[in-house]
Amino acid sequence: MRVKIWGCRGSVPTPGPDTVTYGGNTSCVEVSADDGTTFVLDAGTGIRGLGLDLLERGERRIHLCLTHLHLDHLEGLRFFAPLWDERVELDIWGPPSHQLSLQERIARAFSPPLFPVELRDVPAAVTFHDVPREPWTIDRTFLATDFVLHPGPTVGYRIETASASFAYIPDHEPALAGAIADRSTDWISGASLAAGVDALVHDAQYFEDEYEERIGWGHSSVADAVAFTRAVGAGRLVLFHHEPHHSDGLLEQLEDRARELAMRNRGPSPMLAHEGMVVELP
Amino acid sequence: MEKRRYKHLVLILAREFASNLATPTLIADDQGTLVFYNEAAEAVVGRPFAEAGEIPLDEWTATFAPRTVDSEPVPAERRPARIALDQRRAAHERYRITSVDGAERLVSVTAFPLFAHADEFVGIVAIFWRE
Repeated sequence: MRVKIWGCRGSVPTPGPDTVTYGGNTSCVEVSADDGTTFVLDAGTGIRGLGLDLLERGERRIHLCLTHLHLDHLEGLRFFAPLWDERVELDIWGPPSHQLSLQERIARAFSPPLFPVELRDVPAAVTFHDVPREPWTIDRTFLATDFVLHPGPTVGYRIETASASFAYIPDHEPALAGAIADRSTDWISGASLAAGVDALVHDAQYFEDEYEERIGWGHSSVADAVAFTRAVGAGRLVLFHHEPHHSDGLLEQLEDRARELAMRNRGPSPMLAHEGMVVELP
Repeated sequence: MEKRRYKHLVLILAREFASNLATPTLIADDQGTLVFYNEAAEAVVGRPFAEAGEIPLDEWTATFAPRTVDSEPVPAERRPARIALDQRRAAHERYRITSVDGAERLVSVTAFPLFAHADEFVGIVAIFWRE
C-alpha cells in the first residue's frame, strides 16, 4: 500500500512563502492498494493536482472517500480533472445525513451562485454511496468507517489490505469526550478505525495552548494526537490538518513538541505531513 | 480489525453529557448492557460504577428490588429502561428501591431511546430522581 499526501492544510488554503515546505492545499490523500485500486481521501484543493496526475497515468476507475462535507474537504472537487472526463467512473463515498442524500448535498457546491455547471452535467460516470455501517470490500481492499467527534456528520476511514493497514481521521476532537489517557479504548472516538494500524493520519491542528481557546471546534491538539496514537497502538503518526496560521517554522516546532511527547510515553516518532510525502506500508 | 466491541459515538457523547450532569443518569447499550452511570447516580444506588462494571441492565436493576409505591414488585416490562429498550419509546415511572447500602428510596425514572439514525438504535438513557 502506498499513501501520498496531496494536501494537508486545515480549514482554508494557505499559499505563500511561509508555507512552501509543508504546503497550502487543503486535505487530499491518495491511497494506492496492492492490487492497483486507487482511493482518494477527501477533495480539498490538493485534489486538483492529483486529478491531473491520475489522468496522465490513465486511471479510469477512482473511489473518492469523503470524511465530511466541510468546504476544506470538498472545495477541490469542482476542479478534479477526472470529473470532466467521460471515460472515468467515479464512485463517491461519504457520510449519510438525516435530511439530504450525499448527491444532493454535494450538488449544492455545483450550483449558482457558487459554480456555473450543475453536478448532473459533469461528463464522468459518477455514483454516490452512503458509507455502509459495516465494513465492506472494494476489489481486494477492506474498508471500514465510523462516525467520529467533529461538528456535523463526519467519518474516518480504515483501509486494509493483506499486507498493510492505514487509518485516516483528518478532522477529529476525541478529547471533547474526556481525557484520552483516562479512557479504555472502547470509549474513545475513532479507536475502532485506528486500532493497531501501520500508519495513522490524524488531526493535530493546534499546540496545547491554542487548543484551550478552541475547544469544541472539532480539532485536536498535538498532545491529543499523540495520546490517541498511543491509546490505539498505531505504528506511525502523521500529523495532519495544519492550522492555517502556522508557518513552516511553527509547524516544525509542533513536530518537535509531538516527538517530545511521544518519546516520553515511548510512542512512535510523529512526522509532519507535507505535500508530496509518500508513505510506503507496511 | 480488533474484535473489541467499541462504543457507538452517540454513547460516547451521552456518557460525556451524563458525566457533567448533577442529575442521576445511566446509559445502556442496544443489547441492554448497563455501560455507565454517573456520580450523581452513585449516590442513589449506593455503589460506584467502577465497582458495578458493565452488566446486564435487568440484572443490575433486580438488585434494587424495584416496587410500586404500594410495595408491589414492578415487573421488568413496566420498568422505563426496559420499555425504552424493547419498545424504543420514552417511558416514566415512580417506584421504591432498596439501595446497596440498605436504604429504601422512592425514585422517579424517565428513560428514552437513543437513535443515531432513524433506523439505528444504539441504546438508552435513564434519568432518575430521589423523591
